[in-house]
Amino acid sequence: MAANLFDLTLHEARGLLDSRQVSSRELTQAILGRIMEVEPRLKAFVTVTGEMALRQAREADEAMAEGRVTPLTGVPVQIKDNMCTRGVLTTCSSRMLESFVPPYSATVVERLYGQGAVVVGKGNMDEFAMGSSTENSAFFPTHNPWGMERVPGGSSGGPAAAVAAGECLYALGSDTGGSIRQPAALCGIVGLKPTYGLVSRYGLVAFASSLDQIGPLTRDVTDCALVLNAIAGHDPRDSTSIPQGIPDYTRALEADVRGMRIGVPREYYVEGINRDVAETLKKALETLEKMGASVEETSLPHTRYALAVYYILAPSEASANLARYDGVKYGFSYKQADTMWQAMEKTKQHGFGPEVKRRIMLGTYALSAGYYDAYYLKAQKVRTLIRREFQEAFQRYDVLVTPTSPTVAFKLGEKMEDPVQMYLSDVCTIPVNIAGIPALSLPAGFVDGLPVGMQIMGKPLGEETILRVAYTYEQATEWHKMRPKL
Amino acid sequence: MTETRKYETVIGLEVHAQLLTRSKMFCSCPADYIQGSPNTAVCPVCLAMPGVLPVINRRAVEYVIMTGLALNATIAQNTQFHRKNYPYPDLMKGYQISQYDEPIALGGWLTIDVNGEEKRVGITRVHLEEDVAKLQHRQDAQGEGYSLVDVNRSGTPLMETVSEPDMRSPEEARQYLLKLRSILQYLGVSTGNMEDGSFRCDANISIRPWGSSQLSSKVEVKNMNSFRAVFRALQHEEERQERVVEEGGRVVQETRGWMEERGVTVSHRAKESAHDYRYFPEPDLPPLSIDREWVEEIRARLPELPEARRGRFATQYGLPMYDANLLTASRATADFFEECLKTKETAPQGLAAKSKAIANWMLGDLTGLLNASGAGVIEGAKVTPQGLREFTDLIDAGAISGPAAKTVLEEMVKSGKGAQAIAVEQGLTQISDVRLLDGTVAEVIQRNSQAVQDFLGGKETALKFLVGQVMKETRGRANPSLVNQILQEKLSSKGRQ
Repeated sequence: MAANLFDLTLHEARGLLDSRQVSSRELTQAILGRIMEVEPRLKAFVTVTGEMALRQAREADEAMAEGRVTPLTGVPVQIKDNMCTRGVLTTCSSRMLESFVPPYSATVVERLYGQGAVVVGKGNMDEFAMGSSTENSAFFPTHNPWGMERVPGGSSGGPAAAVAAGECLYALGSDTGGSIRQPAALCGIVGLKPTYGLVSRYGLVAFASSLDQIGPLTRDVTDCALVLNAIAGHDPRDSTSIPQGIPDYTRALEADVRGMRIGVPREYYVEGINRDVAETLKKALETLEKMGASVEETSLPHTRYALAVYYILAPSEASANLARYDGVKYGFSYKQADTMWQAMEKTKQHGFGPEVKRRIMLGTYALSAGYYDAYYLKAQKVRTLIRREFQEAFQRYDVLVTPTSPTVAFKLGEKMEDPVQMYLSDVCTIPVNIAGIPALSLPAGFVDGLPVGMQIMGKPLGEETILRVAYTYEQATEWHKMRPKL
Repeated sequence: MTETRKYETVIGLEVHAQLLTRSKMFCSCPADYIQGSPNTAVCPVCLAMPGVLPVINRRAVEYVIMTGLALNATIAQNTQFHRKNYPYPDLMKGYQISQYDEPIALGGWLTIDVNGEEKRVGITRVHLEEDVAKLQHRQDAQGEGYSLVDVNRSGTPLMETVSEPDMRSPEEARQYLLKLRSILQYLGVSTGNMEDGSFRCDANISIRPWGSSQLSSKVEVKNMNSFRAVFRALQHEEERQERVVEEGGRVVQETRGWMEERGVTVSHRAKESAHDYRYFPEPDLPPLSIDREWVEEIRARLPELPEARRGRFATQYGLPMYDANLLTASRATADFFEECLKTKETAPQGLAAKSKAIANWMLGDLTGLLNASGAGVIEGAKVTPQGLREFTDLIDAGAISGPAAKTVLEEMVKSGKGAQAIAVEQGLTQISDVRLLDGTVAEVIQRNSQAVQDFLGGKETALKFLVGQVMKETRGRANPSLVNQILQEKLSSKGRQ
């Protein structure tokens, strides 16, 4: 058992709360204290909601006293700042929404509230979730708890750093091309991008609607299953939400991979992959093999097109999704303009950061008359091929295992001048979003004192299989118990 | 008239009709945006707050399927919504959710009446989209212009019906519009009101030399806010294009706006520059598959449409085709007519005669009075079907005379009071009581001895004069046939003396 309350996992905290050894108030105060202590250096929060957290903690203690307990009751969580929280700033780390207080809550937020969660704040991110280092936050970059001069990954860098540093026990992130898994890997925690449609997107500020998905960032696989239980399931307000019931994901937590077939697609060991990261992955696979799984190299040749497909489809959708920020209704509004049109243009010019503008332009271009067929339509066709390729692979394998990121956490500023290098850090995670399948990243070792993530992909709605493989590996290793020294 | 023209006109119409659903297209806000004060019928979804998602209104889809079926169109198995991107402050999301290459209904037709002959006008497609908010342009004290946005209309369902370029004159275009509106009203899917913008029309018009099958450059005409405006704008545009060609010029493909007061179309070219809507499939709405059972179930529930009702009116009520046609042109009028006849008591003179009498009043005086009052339509009129029925019953019973009847109906339209009450109040009841007329008749006989002599001497017209005198004395209230009868009796007894 961890020495500090802020080092607990969700399920460990649950045990202490349920046995009355600690109250939600004490736990929440410990977390708020930890935030006070490390936040000035870490910068993982856009907003800390201390008062609300203490009120929710009091309510949680009352609920627990009355026997109304869910796995989340009374446990502090951070929410990425692109999920709407009624009455609480929701900025997407953008000047555009710097003062935006939504009048409604996202479905996932409602679900957390309904299950007695204690929300300690909103997590920093790359502006509108566009980025892989959280350096695109319009406010400040977040640091990596394992190396303060390094990035936490992105775009859910705030949530990943906060979980790793003990500023919350778990967090909700969103993943459009790797934005949960890559920062989870770089911060040494567990991150899951569920099957597209498993978790409601209602209230998640849209980046690329056909790729976005909300998922948990946790300290171990058990917590991942618990949080998934809490947030997954059909939502009539999201027409892309899968209309079916969900299993109890904790039932998949069985340390047994005997007879399971693991495919290792060679295309993910890309040029530019860090040799030590590749070596770490090899060892992790040997561990799984020792535990009874069969591991086999395979090929997914269309993988190499995924990044190109992504950088057409995601900006295309984003160019429409971000059109609503025109200064007319809410958010930043440029007031010194001479005409209405100028006001709308200047609002975008000053409200959005460079990466957001770059992607809006990319997407606008790809959808334009004369280019649509060559870009958007072609990308959709390749998307179908990639999806099909995964389908075929999952007829042969239960899961596919790859590195989550080709490198460990890079230094702040290292890739800011070269967008393509930055884009390449998502090369292993993007195909998963293109195909709509689930994938989880979990700690698989360290290189130079920095965490390495292993990505486990499954077929659509194959979360249980993924969780089981991840849990089995986790039980055989100690990586998830490592905490950064801050 | 066609022989005298060198050119043939080609017209196609795009009609936007607001659907009468209870809630909006993609959220549960009330769709009746006219009722509330500005920005009250709104929610995060139709305000395009960050993170909201659309959910398709099934009833709106059903209305489009109904319309598609009524227009003899094919209902798609799979339909898809697209995003149509363009920036405008009345467009909350910065894109409109519309349909592009997979509309709900494709390839239908309706018939119009051209010089007594039926003509088919093709329907290219019927699709579903959402309406935009409303801007109100104001000026502040310093004369600076500013605009307010009323979001109530944002996201209300809009159905677009696109015709083939099958119309050959402004009159055909007008007929098409009237017929389409009538069908939508019969289906109960739209009010079809052009004046309040519930039913809007844009036209594509071009001319070409007779016999040519080529389509020449077309002009899109917008901003026509009434049936009359459509007719006038197209007539103007037809003439303008002819003039351009006659003067050796070429018609430019462009959008032009109708200026109602000046009676001309004006180029919108500047506004149109580089309109690229960048359509792409709406990722928030998966393709919608329309199952055949649903379509068949809707087909089975389709109400009687104008043509079928016209036929039935002719056979069931024995009405002339001309009357049946006029009565069934609008569903409200046809419903009103049938409501008048919905009573347990059969009319003494038989259904056909009663029907004809009601039809005559409706198509004659009542239409005239409604037009004069500015309403022009039966919807919302103060006269109820029960009221009109009672009115005709009183005429049948001889309680109101012909001349008085017009006055009574006028008052009914004005105040909505019942015929009996009005007749009593204004002293317009017919005097059919022999005892009340006896004295007046005797007086008239006494005062007009010359006429009496003429009649007794065999001059039949003298009787008419005497009847007229009695009518004059009673200010038109006497029952003329009764007067006639009493006079004859009295005069014949005089002749015997």
